[in-house]
Amino acid sequence: MTDTTLPSPRNNLNPFAGLMSGTVGPVTVVVLSILAIWYISAAVLNTPFQQEMYERAGQEHVQFTRFIADTWAQERPVLPAPHQVIVEIWNTTVEKKITSKRSLIYHSSITLSSTLLGFLIGTSLGILLAVGIVHSRVLDKSLMPWIISSQTIPILAIAPMIIVVLNAVGISGLLPKAMISTYLSFFPVAVGMVKGLRSPEIIHMDLMHTYSASRFQAFWKLRLPYAVPFLFTSMKIGMAASLVGAIVGELPTGAVAGLGARLLAGSYYGQTIQIWSALIVAAFLAGSLVALIGILEKIALKRMGMAR
Amino acid sequence: MTALASAKDTGMVETTISASPNRVIDIDNLSLTFQTNDGPVHALSDIDLKIDEGDFVSFIGPSGCGKTTLLRVIADLEQPTAGSITVNGVSPQEARLNRAYGYVFQAAALYPWRTIAKNVALPLEIMGLSRAEQKERIARNMELVNLAGFEKKYPWQLSGGMQQRASIARALAVEPDLLLMDEPFGALDEIVRDHLNEQLLQLWAKTNKTVVFVTHSIPEAVFLSSKIVVLCPRPGRIYDVIESNLPRERNLDIRESPEFLKIAHRVRDGLRAGHSYED
Repeated sequence: MTDTTLPSPRNNLNPFAGLMSGTVGPVTVVVLSILAIWYISAAVLNTPFQQEMYERAGQEHVQFTRFIADTWAQERPVLPAPHQVIVEIWNTTVEKKITSKRSLIYHSSITLSSTLLGFLIGTSLGILLAVGIVHSRVLDKSLMPWIISSQTIPILAIAPMIIVVLNAVGISGLLPKAMISTYLSFFPVAVGMVKGLRSPEIIHMDLMHTYSASRFQAFWKLRLPYAVPFLFTSMKIGMAASLVGAIVGELPTGAVAGLGARLLAGSYYGQTIQIWSALIVAAFLAGSLVALIGILEKIALKRMGMAR
Repeated sequence: MTALASAKDTGMVETTISASPNRVIDIDNLSLTFQTNDGPVHALSDIDLKIDEGDFVSFIGPSGCGKTTLLRVIADLEQPTAGSITVNGVSPQEARLNRAYGYVFQAAALYPWRTIAKNVALPLEIMGLSRAEQKERIARNMELVNLAGFEKKYPWQLSGGMQQRASIARALAVEPDLLLMDEPFGALDEIVRDHLNEQLLQLWAKTNKTVVFVTHSIPEAVFLSSKIVVLCPRPGRIYDVIESNLPRERNLDIRESPEFLKIAHRVRDGLRAGHSYED
């Protein structure tokens, strides 16, 4: 957190030590390594098809540099090169109108809306369940096993069921997909909040007892503030799970819009570049959402005087 | 508080139900046994103790003698398994619900997300006092423990001694006639401890509060108390009760006086005798 404030004394001895003391240095190294591995893998994986192409065209003795460049420029490569994906993302975001069916921003917004709706419902549900579980032994005994076993069911198996059943009762559109996000995101929030609401030290609970505080007062003034750091941590996990849920929800239904639909369409037509660009955008989306919660967490903890 | 005091002066209290009018705590034949997996643990056995208004009573004894448990019974944090106890003439639970006492724990137990002033305000919020009343009490009690100016600080920004003073201010803000303190200065160094002892004594002399104080320090017990209760372990019971004849107004120099040393000696004898029961 405070990597910029205290330079390590070893800096004086090693001229490169300073480079790696911040966050920029290490992150750059990791990104460059990933890119290098990606480019090499792309060249290797695309080689068989590229050789086939040269044979068909009757070309022999192609220069090595030309060969490598060609493996990175195929139309439907086994593994597209990073720059191909970046160009595709550029073309389908900045260059396309948002209203276009080929715009990734359009598709992202569809997925994002069900992600956020599902996350909102899931987080509220998780908090409510946790409050019930912490305050009632009966709920603790009866609900907790179900909550845990709910997550052992493969989401890919249950997602189509949810969507089919909800469609049968006339609910379609955003809500069925959001339900799958809810299904995935309520769990970390419920478990995290149960832990958080139970985390006050005994001495703090005793203090409330000596004040003859009501259960509501003990909850509001002690348990809830104690649980706030737990809430943010579990919301980060819940948010990432929500996005996965929304994408999974778009896969089995033949949805026409959303990042899941882009993935599915890409795989139908062998459009690997399209698949990869949808994947990257989804990852970027998840990263941004989690980072957003991280910022909210920082603000909240600072206002509570808990960030030092 | 003042009503009670004036009632005492005019002798009106004589007519109330209780035989001893200003008896604050009355413990009769009290025992507490914890049921554990290794069998019953006799934390307290046959405790008889009377504490009157304005007393400063110290419980002293080796660890495991039940001194903290006894204090927690008075505070309704533990339930006795036999015998009877009244606080202000009613059961400890009723006394707690009447907010008859302020309790200071071994650790400051401040809430880390609240500023010092907000921590002191906590019991007042729970009691539902008006904002103005809260503000007035916070200011007065923070002044009393010499913490004025630290209202906006968070607990972690204060030293251990200051945190403990804040927790005392929090207990005092309830304005109880009875103050229960469980080794409040145990974790502090000698100098800070002496200083807080003096402050506590001044406060007691000024307000005529009843204080029940748990400690394992002989000088602390003798310096503060008007009555010292020596407990011994296995089972936890009272070994000796020593009435102190030291003047109510004292300063740290009194610790060199022969009277002080005589009392300290008797406490030490009691503790030693209690220990001799051990294997």
